[in-house]
Amino acid sequence: MNILGAFWARFRNNRAAVGGAVVLALVVLLALVGPWLYPVDPFDMVGRPFMPPFARFPLGTDVAGRDILAGIIHGARISLLIGVMASLAATAIGVTFGALAGYYGGWIDDALMRVTEFFLTIPSFVLAVVLVAIFSPTVANITIAIAIVSWPSVARLARGEFIAHRDREYVQGCRAIGMPDWEIILLQIMPNALPPVIVVASLTVATAILTESGLSFLGLGDPNLVSWGYMIGVARTVLRVAPWMAAIPGLMILVTVLAINLVGEGLNDALNPRLKQR
Amino acid sequence: MRKTTLAFVVRRLLHLVPVVFAIAAMNFLLIKLAPGDAADILAGQMGHATLEFTEQLRRSFGLDLPLAEQFVVYIERLLRLDLGMSFIQGVPVLDLIADRLLATVILMVVAIVLAVGVGVVLGVVAARRRGTWIDTVISVLALIVYATPAFWLGLMLIVLFSIVFDLLPSGGMMKIGADLSGFAYALDVARHLILPAATLGLFYVAIYTRLMRAAMLEVYSLDFITTARAKGLSETTVAWTHALRNALLPVVTLAGVQIGHLLGGSILVETVFGWPGLGRLVFDAVLQRDLNLLLGILFVSSIVVVIANLIVDLLYGFLDPRIVHK
Repeated sequence: MNILGAFWARFRNNRAAVGGAVVLALVVLLALVGPWLYPVDPFDMVGRPFMPPFARFPLGTDVAGRDILAGIIHGARISLLIGVMASLAATAIGVTFGALAGYYGGWIDDALMRVTEFFLTIPSFVLAVVLVAIFSPTVANITIAIAIVSWPSVARLARGEFIAHRDREYVQGCRAIGMPDWEIILLQIMPNALPPVIVVASLTVATAILTESGLSFLGLGDPNLVSWGYMIGVARTVLRVAPWMAAIPGLMILVTVLAINLVGEGLNDALNPRLKQR
Repeated sequence: MRKTTLAFVVRRLLHLVPVVFAIAAMNFLLIKLAPGDAADILAGQMGHATLEFTEQLRRSFGLDLPLAEQFVVYIERLLRLDLGMSFIQGVPVLDLIADRLLATVILMVVAIVLAVGVGVVLGVVAARRRGTWIDTVISVLALIVYATPAFWLGLMLIVLFSIVFDLLPSGGMMKIGADLSGFAYALDVARHLILPAATLGLFYVAIYTRLMRAAMLEVYSLDFITTARAKGLSETTVAWTHALRNALLPVVTLAGVQIGHLLGGSILVETVFGWPGLGRLVFDAVLQRDLNLLLGILFVSSIVVVIANLIVDLLYGFLDPRIVHK
């Protein structure tokens, strides 16, 4: 409890981060209870197409007369779901690579880092497009594709942390009493290496949401689900007559990603106080 | 100096061989993982192919060989710059890509030069006026732009500059049917380039501004800056000649790392503006599920990134003479 208290005290100091957390909480709330408070199917044609916001429907209707607010609510679910799951998967892969490379060093480090650098080199969005196009656009496949292109930066960071810790006295002590490697890695070093990893994982949620929106804008979203990127893609063809139709879902992406980035910076201040930037 | 640089370039080029090989291996793996092969697709297009005929097709493509042999054949074809045919368009993949590559490279280069230029200036200004309202405005704008999806920003810029104010063209690379040449042609292309390049570049302006600000503040705390100030040099000279060059290194490093990312952004921005580069090709290939074309684009764009990284490495040594190319 004391640790949490200290964490909160430091987090609270960053007012932008607190603002971001509030906005993010609202978006999460929208995704969780939105469909229940506003039970409209985002694929239903509920009215005339091209109705502007605040006329009959809060945010108007799209090219096919579908309720834009319903799309925004259901899109929030997809964005957050894919963002969080892809970030968790990328963190799991990245930490595994980074921990093994950093702890063991030598040829294991060389081999794992070659793979990491390779994935850093190839254009990540193009690879994501190819993966989703080959394996068909379902939520699971999109999540996996985004995780595959997002893990290398986590791996590099985790590796650095493990290198910094592997020769510390407490680790040498563990080795001296014959603790197995996996226990040292998972139970001794990991808790110390985790704070910066948590920060990067939170920022990865934001980039994952941006990547997902780009994929679904290109038509590589799950065809059975409405997402913000898909809504922008649909609205793109009618930009001249109905600019709000593209503007609204884009604003939602902007606000959500901004909120996550602010929270990430707040986490950085709170978890890594010594690294705090000027 | 010259000789060591040349040796460095040669060694870096040799370094590329395993990377290119790895890219090829990944591409091959993806081809094999994709559902259906070239024979299935061709047979499907004919509508009434028998199983026997499909098998015959498969043999003619060498798809009945063991996997290892197929890989050797694949590498041999790559060495002959043969990326296969586009299943849908019936044209060699490399021809399609070659037609579009230049437009993408132009867009990327203009965007990144713009981004580094504007980002560096804004970062230096923010660092010099640290804590003032100017710093706050620049930092907040950078934060917002950093969170904006580029393709959406492009659409909003079209609404503003093409629809509301009617200042700039909303898409394409040149005025259709204008038949311009020489300077007028270049000017027309430049006019069409402004919005896509700004859209693609703004995200990186945000990144470089933040990075440059942090790097400048770092350099400001070093001894040689105190010395420069003690000598009586003006703040302007200290900032733009002493601090800037040292603070530039992380920006160049990051620009190098991000070329792959830039290419991804370019795909989305090109789709928005109908810019006739690789991005549009990707969009069309996605629509038609032209996997061979997509894989070819992945291969070529990976190679482009690898080459661009090499150029950045050389630039790095030029900026920081302490880095000797050993």
